[in-house]
This record gives sequence, structure tokens and C-alpha cells, in this order.
Amino acid sequence: MSIVLDFEKPIVEIQKKIDELKKMSEDSGMDLESQIKDFEKQAQDYKKELYSKLKPSQKLQIARHQERPKFLDFVELMCEDFIELHGDREGTDDRAIIGGLAKMDGKPVMIIGIQKGKTTKENLEYNFGMPQPQGYRKALRLFKHADKFNIPIVTLIDTPGAYPGIKAEETGQGSAIAVNLREMSKLTVPIVAIITGEGCSGGALGLAVADRVMMLEHAYYTVISPEGCASILWRDASMFAEAAEALKITSKDLLELGIIDEEIPEPLGGAHADYKATADSMKASILKALKELKKLSVKDLKEQRYEKFRAMGRFIEG
Amino acid sequence: MTIQEWFDKRKQAQIERRAKDMKGIEDNAAGLWIKCVHCDSQILKSELEENLMVCPHCDYHFRINARTRISQLFDEGSFEELFKNVLPTDPLNFVDTESYAERLKKAHEKTGLDEAVITGLGKIEGHKIAAAIMDFDYMGGSMGSVVGEKVTRMMEKALALKLPMLAVTSSGGARMQESALSLMQMAKTSCAVGRLDEAGILYINLLTEPTFGGITASFGTLGDIIIAEQGARIGFAGRRVIEQTIRQKLPSDFQTAEYLLKYGQVDIVSKRKNLRKTLANILDMHGV
Repeated sequence: MSIVLDFEKPIVEIQKKIDELKKMSEDSGMDLESQIKDFEKQAQDYKKELYSKLKPSQKLQIARHQERPKFLDFVELMCEDFIELHGDREGTDDRAIIGGLAKMDGKPVMIIGIQKGKTTKENLEYNFGMPQPQGYRKALRLFKHADKFNIPIVTLIDTPGAYPGIKAEETGQGSAIAVNLREMSKLTVPIVAIITGEGCSGGALGLAVADRVMMLEHAYYTVISPEGCASILWRDASMFAEAAEALKITSKDLLELGIIDEEIPEPLGGAHADYKATADSMKASILKALKELKKLSVKDLKEQRYEKFRAMGRFIEG
Repeated sequence: MTIQEWFDKRKQAQIERRAKDMKGIEDNAAGLWIKCVHCDSQILKSELEENLMVCPHCDYHFRINARTRISQLFDEGSFEELFKNVLPTDPLNFVDTESYAERLKKAHEKTGLDEAVITGLGKIEGHKIAAAIMDFDYMGGSMGSVVGEKVTRMMEKALALKLPMLAVTSSGGARMQESALSLMQMAKTSCAVGRLDEAGILYINLLTEPTFGGITASFGTLGDIIIAEQGARIGFAGRRVIEQTIRQKLPSDFQTAEYLLKYGQVDIVSKRKNLRKTLANILDMHGV
């Protein structure tokens, strides 16, 4: 564990103690095995307890963890033979959105996702996972390709939001997202979307009008970042923890609200603790969903997708 | 300072004042005179109303509410409101410095409206049309479940009746107090546009001051034809958010209707007085 989050410090303390005991035991030849086991069990129990009761603001930290697996990590761990397909054909290859053909369990999929970096250099390349309109248009081009050749679509979402910039506005950030929402509703192939880290606002939704929408256990999905919400409604960005509570951003909340269909469990300590285990769970959920969706006729698939989003919202009929 | 810079600076100050101007209107609403926030002229209220709430001296377009918009746009007495029975609730029990329930109550008291959109059927110079007209005065025109539902129902009605659809937008974006439920209204309304699209039904956007965020990124920019009212500010991200992100000053006309026209994001920028005629012409040329 190279980056320690605040709330993980007690675990690190116990681990240090265990290491000390081990060393002491080695140096002195004393039999401390039962104490060591005791501490190890304590650490494990504490960790389980901690991770089962994470506050939304703590989940934010895990979802944004620098070492959290990114889109390309998942592609490598879930797929074979990934062929990246670049560009929007209008002059740009936005690196924040990456997509291409790959095989999953031997069958082709179009996998598209938002890529973040783990280092500053990488983050500059991927623009911190904030796509430009051209990224959404590249995604749309790939959606249409998949539609044409009857290849199911998988999208992985991890973004603090679509990029707010001058060129982004001039080239239609809003309409690029809007067009994706509309066009995804028309696609004739199954679509599975997973929020893997940050699912912030329209920038996330722009790849998430899917037949099945899933979330990793510690990911978050919201209409606005808790910081943005706090600075507008509380007039104080430091109230983000309160905003995170109020916005109901966790996978459990969103499952209850019917916004997502499935929560994908993460290994103890979060996805960054075990990339492979996380990717295996995701892959199993994707394959299961695709298997179910493939049974539907095109008409039923589209109809169900429409009705799924049609039913969202809470109001009173007077 | 060059003359150009002086003009830019002056214009910038005027635009910044606009944010505060609407409050000015309300404060003076009881009075007979209204001060134009753009050119500072004193205008007789009745004269301003007669002129469609456009300053007769400098052509500044004051923001107008949904009811005024309906009265200006549709043939007299032709507008029939629908789905008025769809009412807001507080699904998340959202409380910030004030509870959402309280904010809804206040918005109702302030505007007399039940939500930030009025939907219905009307006629524009004889052309029958389905329409959704947003009202910025009701919680910044934000889109929660009710706005999404009413807009979607209206589009489904347009589809069933094979009528063209018009959306007049004026909104700060999504309704934060409904969080993901609000976000999903973007998907819901855009899927409904998808059905209009597939059925070959004409859908027109009229973007008015201001149109931002979740509206721009959903049904607000999906029209077959996009008209922006002169002077309206339209964008995805807010000016302040962009300035904070890129740490540089933005051009003074950034995100105005005219700026978007220059960058190919809207089909037409229209003065308020020409809107009816323009809409009627478009409907006519599509044979609807």
C-alpha cells in the first residue's frame, strides 16, 4: 500500500505491529505465532468492518485513488486482442476516451472507456479523464460501427466530468453528449455500462445509456461533483462530505433508487488492492448480462432500454 | 487602453451586470419605470411590455418567464396546458442550507408555477405544435424528475399526434437536489427525442437566456433546427467553472447566442420580435 488514505491508517498501524512482532520473533527465537495470528485476524476484521461502513466521502477517496485500475488496465485484464480504433475523423483523437475492438471470452465486443492516468505525465495525456466533445464523437463513431456489424458494446466510465474549456464550448460539448444520449437509445446491439470510478454528471452519462448499468462497489455516480454541489448550495466547497451524503452517490443508494442494475463487489481494500480480482468480477458480470441481452429481439432490446430510462424519476400525480 | 479594449471592458461590465439585472426587474416591477440594465435608459414599463420586453433604445432582450413567452409566441388563446398534474416531490429528503421541500414551496410562491416547465399544445400562426416552455424563475429552470417527465410526455404526445415539437429552454441545468434522478432525466428526454427522430417528426429548439448544463447536454440541443434568441447565454459549463479550470479570462461575448452562431453550434440567432414569424416559416416549409 503505497498511498495510504486517512481512514486506512489504523490498518497500517496494526500491520506495522505485526511486522515488528515477526522481526522480534525471528531475532529472539521467541514463539510469538499466536500473538501474530491474533493481530492478523484483528487487522482483517477491522478492515472488513471499515470497508463495509465507508462513508460516501471515503468512497470518493477510493474512487479517485491514483492507483485505482484504469480503463486500459481493465481492457488488458478482461479482454484479448484489443485493437484500438482512433479518432473522430474530423481532426481529433481525444485521448480521454479510448475505444476499440477486443475479444472477451472469445467473442468480439466494442469496448470504450474513459481513461485516466496514474502519473502526472499520463494524466496530461488523458486530460485527467475529462473528455472533449471530440471524444464523445469518437465514441459515437465506434457505437455506430458496432451497431453496423452486430457487435455488443461495453463502456467503462471513470470521469470527473466532461472538460470545461473554451474549445470544448466552441465545438459543442453539450450537444456532443446530447447526441450520444439520443443515439445510444437507437442502437440495435446490447450495451453494458460500468461506472468503475468517478461517474460525474453528463460527462459520465454520455457513455451510459445502456441496457445494463453497473457500478463497482466503491465507485460513485452523481449529477454534480460533491465539491461543485457544496460550492453552489452551501456556498462552501469544503462542505463536500455533507454534499456527498445528501447526493446519494454510492452504489447501494443508486441500486435502491433504480438508477443502476447491479453493484459489482470490490476486493477488500478496494479495486486497487487487487486488479485481477476486480477485473474478473467485472468480466463475469458483463458476460452474464450480454448472454441475457442477446436473447432479446432488436425490438425488445430497444423497447426495454427506452422503458428503463423512461421509468426513472420520482414525482406525484395530482 | 485602445478604444477597442475600452469597448470590450465596457461590454464585459454590462454582461456582468446582467447577472444581477433580473433582480432589478423584480424590485422595480411594481413601479412604472424600468431601467435598462444594458443601456441604463429609463423605460416605461408598458412600453417595454409592448415591445416584447426588449429595450426600445438598445435592443437588449430582457429575460422573460414561461407565461410571457407563451403569450408572445402562440396564437392568442390557442395554448392548452397539459400534464399540469405532474408535481414535484423530495425523493432524497435533500437538505443543504435549506431543505428541498422548502425551496419547492418558495419557488411555487414566487412564480405561481408548480414546476420549471409548462407543457401543452398550441398554434403558431395557425400551425399546431406540441411545446415545452421552461421558466428560469422556478429554481433556475432546473430539470428534476417533473421537468423530465413533462417534457418526455409532451414528446410522446407529439409522436402520437404526429405534431411538430418545440422546446423553449431557459435553465441553469440539472436539479442538484434530485441528484442522479435528475441526471437520468437527460437520458429520458434524449431517448424521447430519439423516437421523434426515428418517426421523422420535426423538433425545434429555441434556446433563451440562459441555457446551460444538463439542458444543453440533452433535449436542449437535439433539435432538427436550433434557434437561439439574441443575446442569450448558452453553454455546457458555466463561465466561472471554465475560468477556474483554464485560469484565463474568457472573451466578453463567450457563450452568447452570437458567439455560438459563429462556431456553428446554432442554426439561427433571432430577435424576439421575429421569432413567431421564423417559427411559422419553418413549420410551413416542413409542411406541418
